[in-house]
Amino acid sequence: MNILLTFVATLLLITAPADDPKAKRGTFALTNARIETVTNGVIENGTLIIRNDEIIAIGADVEIPDDAVVIDCAGQTIYPGMIDAGTQLGLVEISAVPRTVDFRENGDITPHVEAITAVNPNAVAIPVTRVSGVTTVLTQPSGGMLPGKAAMINLHGYTPEQMSVAGMQYMMMSYPRSGRRSRFDRRSDEDIKKATDKAFKKLNNTWNQATLYEKIDAAYKASPNTASRPEYNPQLIALLPVIRGEMPLIIQVNAAKDIRSAIKWVADNNIQKPIFSGVAEGWRVADALAAAGIPCLVGPVLSTPTRQADRFDKPYQNAGLMHKAGVKVAIRTGEAENVRNLPFNAGFAATYGMGREAALRAVTMAPAEIFGVADRLGSLEVGKKANVVVADGDPFEPKTKINHVFIDGWQIPLENRQTRLYDEFLQREPGLDEQPKSPDIKEPIG
Amino acid sequence: MNHLRSILLSCAFLLALPVQAQEQPGDIIVKNGTVITVTNGTLKNTDVLIRNGKITRIGPGLSTPRGVQEIDATDQFVMPGIIDAHSHIALSSINEGTSPVTSEVSVEDVINPFDVSIYRALAGGVTTIHAMHGSANVIGGQCETLKLRYGATHPDDLKLAGAPRTIKFALGENPTRVHGAGAGINPSSRMGVEMVLRDAFTRATYYMDDWAAYEKEKLTNTRALPPAYSERMEVLADIMRGKILVQAHSYRADEILMLMEVLGDFGVNKVTFQHVNEGFKVAPELAAFGASASVFSDWWAYKFEVYYSTAYNAAILTKNGVVTSINSDSGELIRHLFHEAAKTQRYGDLTDDEALALITINPAKQLGIEKQVGSIEVGKDGDLAVFNAHPLSIYAIPQQTIVDGNLKFDINNDADDMRLMVDPNRPVEEALIFDHHDHHRCMEGALTNSHFHELLESDQ
Repeated sequence: MNILLTFVATLLLITAPADDPKAKRGTFALTNARIETVTNGVIENGTLIIRNDEIIAIGADVEIPDDAVVIDCAGQTIYPGMIDAGTQLGLVEISAVPRTVDFRENGDITPHVEAITAVNPNAVAIPVTRVSGVTTVLTQPSGGMLPGKAAMINLHGYTPEQMSVAGMQYMMMSYPRSGRRSRFDRRSDEDIKKATDKAFKKLNNTWNQATLYEKIDAAYKASPNTASRPEYNPQLIALLPVIRGEMPLIIQVNAAKDIRSAIKWVADNNIQKPIFSGVAEGWRVADALAAAGIPCLVGPVLSTPTRQADRFDKPYQNAGLMHKAGVKVAIRTGEAENVRNLPFNAGFAATYGMGREAALRAVTMAPAEIFGVADRLGSLEVGKKANVVVADGDPFEPKTKINHVFIDGWQIPLENRQTRLYDEFLQREPGLDEQPKSPDIKEPIG
Repeated sequence: MNHLRSILLSCAFLLALPVQAQEQPGDIIVKNGTVITVTNGTLKNTDVLIRNGKITRIGPGLSTPRGVQEIDATDQFVMPGIIDAHSHIALSSINEGTSPVTSEVSVEDVINPFDVSIYRALAGGVTTIHAMHGSANVIGGQCETLKLRYGATHPDDLKLAGAPRTIKFALGENPTRVHGAGAGINPSSRMGVEMVLRDAFTRATYYMDDWAAYEKEKLTNTRALPPAYSERMEVLADIMRGKILVQAHSYRADEILMLMEVLGDFGVNKVTFQHVNEGFKVAPELAAFGASASVFSDWWAYKFEVYYSTAYNAAILTKNGVVTSINSDSGELIRHLFHEAAKTQRYGDLTDDEALALITINPAKQLGIEKQVGSIEVGKDGDLAVFNAHPLSIYAIPQQTIVDGNLKFDINNDADDMRLMVDPNRPVEEALIFDHHDHHRCMEGALTNSHFHELLESDQ
C-alpha cells in the first residue's frame, strides 16, 4: 500500500503543473498533507484550498471545489512561505560589477530614494531563491546614514508593483558606529571618536530639521491660506511619515554599546515605530531591548563572533537568547544572491537554543507582524494571501526537497538557471570529445 | 635573577589555556557511538580506540585500557575529523602580490598558532586544514597542511608531518586585476595568464638544463661554474618533478581546460582546481585528466566569473567521477563544513557517504594525505568529530573534536574565552561586526589599502 502511495505521489510530482516554466493561477486543492499553520497548530492529514491569490479553506475536513486542481500531498508538509527580514535581493546582480549594483545612492542622507524603484523582477537570483521556500523578502538600500526606503516584495512578478507587498515601505537608517568598521580599519581611537561625534551631529541635525519641518508642514496643511508653505526639501519630506509615526524606521545597529545608545535615541526622538536590524550583539543587551519593546531583525545567524573572547557559538545563539528575553525576533540573512540560505540560518538558530517552533515563527509570522502585514502573510489561515510551500520534510533540513511553491496564489515553476545547468551538464552531450586532437601549434616561450 | 624576571614577564600574559610546547599524541577511547567511517560503512554501537595518536581498534564492546580517557558517545555520531582543503585561517599574512610568479614564498613563515579561528574551526569538527597563499598571482606561494593542534605555540608544531608540498596558482580575474589592471604588467587577460604560466615553466626547464649541464661538466672540469641559483626556479622545477601538488584557484571552464593543457605539456599530472565554479561544464575533461575539484557548496554571483554557477556543481562533478571536496575559504564557513556538505543532498541528491566524503577522504586525497587522515580506519590518525545527531542534519551540534588522540574541543568544557594568550594591558576590544566580505582573505594584502576595500567586495 505504502509503495503504491509513493508511486502515485511520485507520478503526481512528475506530472504536476510545476514542471511548466510558467506560473499558473487558479483553484488548487492541496490534500492529505500535514499542515503547519504557525498560528493555529499542526493539522494532520489536512487540506488547503487556494483560489486566485487567497487561502480560502484549511482543515482536516474540507470540501474540494469542483474546479480545483488537486495536488496530493501525502507524506508532505505545508508551510507558510518564508520571509527574509533583510536582504538586497533584486537590487544587485553581481556585487563586483558596479553597473549592476543599485542599492546605494551618492550621499549620506538620501531618505527620498526607494528600493522598489530598482528592484529587477528578472534578477537571476530571484528564481534561485524562491525554490528554497523563501517567498517574500525585505529588500533594502544601504551604505549611507539614511540610505532610503526598503520594500517588502514577493518573489514573483514582472514589475516591481506586481512584486510589492501592499506597497509597504520602511525607512532605513544606519546608526552611527562608535567603533572600528572592520579589522582592516586602521584609524586611531581619536579619529574614530571624531568621526562618530560628527556622525551623531549630522544625524541629530537632520532629525531636528525633519521635526521642525513636520511642524511647519502640519501648520501649512491646517491653514494653507494663512501659513506659509515650507520650502521644498525632498530629504525632509521623505522623513515626514517617520516623524508622524506612519512609517517604521529600521535602524541597523550591531554593537552592544551602539544598541544601548540607539534605544535611548529612539526614546529621545519619540520614534513611534522603531525596528532594529542586524543586532549582532543583541544577546548582550537583550533585557534592555525587551524592556524597550523594540522588535529586531536578527542576522545573519551564520556569522563569526563579534569579539575574539566570545564563545564560538554566540552568533548561532543570538536570536534565541533575545527571544528568550522577550524580544520579538525575526531572522534575516543580509544576503543578496544567497537569500536561499534563510532556512539554514533559521535552522542554526533553532538548534542553538531558539527551538524549532520559535525559529519557524521568526521567518514567517514574526516578520509579518513586525512589518505590519500579518493580515496577509506569515501563517496559513483563511483569508491570507496564498504564499504556500509544500516540502517532503522539515524545510530547515538540507536534505528536504521543496515540491511546490505558491506566491500570491501563483504556482511557481521550480526551475531556475541553476537547475537548468544541472539538467544540461549532469550528463553532458557530447561528453568527452573523441575527435583526434589538432596538432599542438603552441611553441614554448623562452 | 634575569630568569625570574622573564618568568614574571611571561606571567603578565594571562594564559586562558595551558599552553604546551609540543603536545604528545594521546590515548582516548570513544565508546558506543554510531561510527561513520566514510570508507567502510556506518557501524552502530561501536567503539574507536586511539593509542599514541593512532586508531588501533574499531569494534563493539572494546575494553578501556587503564589510564585511557573515555568519551561516551551513546546516541552520538562519530565521524572522521573534517578536512578543509582551502583555508586562510592561522596565517598572519596571505598574499605576496608583487609579481605574477612568486613560487619562492611560503605561508610556512607566517603560521600564527594563536589565531582563535583555529579553535572556532575545531568547534565545527575540523581537524586538518590546507592553509593557503592568496590568489593575487598566477603562480603564488607555497601552502601548508596543518593539524589544528590548538594550544601549541610553535608554528612548526601545527604542521602535518609528511604532507606533500603544495603551491597556489590563480587564474582569471584576480591575477589579471592585480597585475594587469593594478600594476600595468602581464597578465591582463586570460591569454596573458597562459603566457605567464608557459613562460615560467619554460624558464624553469632552461634552468634545469643549465644545472644538469653543469653537473655533467663538473665531472671532467674542476673549474666549471655553476649557474645562478634561483629559489623561484627550484620550486617550479619541483612542480615538474612531481614533488609539489598544484592547487589552482579557477572559475571558468575555458581557463580550467587551459591549465590542464599547460600542465600536461610540462609533464605535471596532479592538480586540484580550487573554487572551480564552472567545473561542472568540463567534468568529463577533469575526470579524464585525473584532476580534482575543491568547490564552494553554493557561493556564486559575487563577481562576474562566478555568475554562471550552480549549487549542483559538487554533485555533477562527483557523478562524473571527479574527486571533489567542499571547502570554506572562510573563517566563518569553516565552522560548519558538515552543513555545507549536507547542501549537496538538496542540490544533487548525494548519499550520506558521498556528502561526507566531500569534507573528509576526498580533500585528504587532494592533499596527498589520504593514508593518514580522512576516514576512520585502523592505522590512521586519531582525528574524530563527535556529533549529537547525524552530522548532515541541521540539528547536529559538534560535541567533541579529537586531534591525534587529544581532546581539543569539548562542548561541555568550553569556556567563553578560549584565546591562548590575553594581554592584560590591551584595552578591552570593541565589537567587530561580521561583514559578508570581511572573512574573504584570498586577496588580503595584495593591494594598497584604498584598493583593498574596494576589491574586498568581490574577493575569493
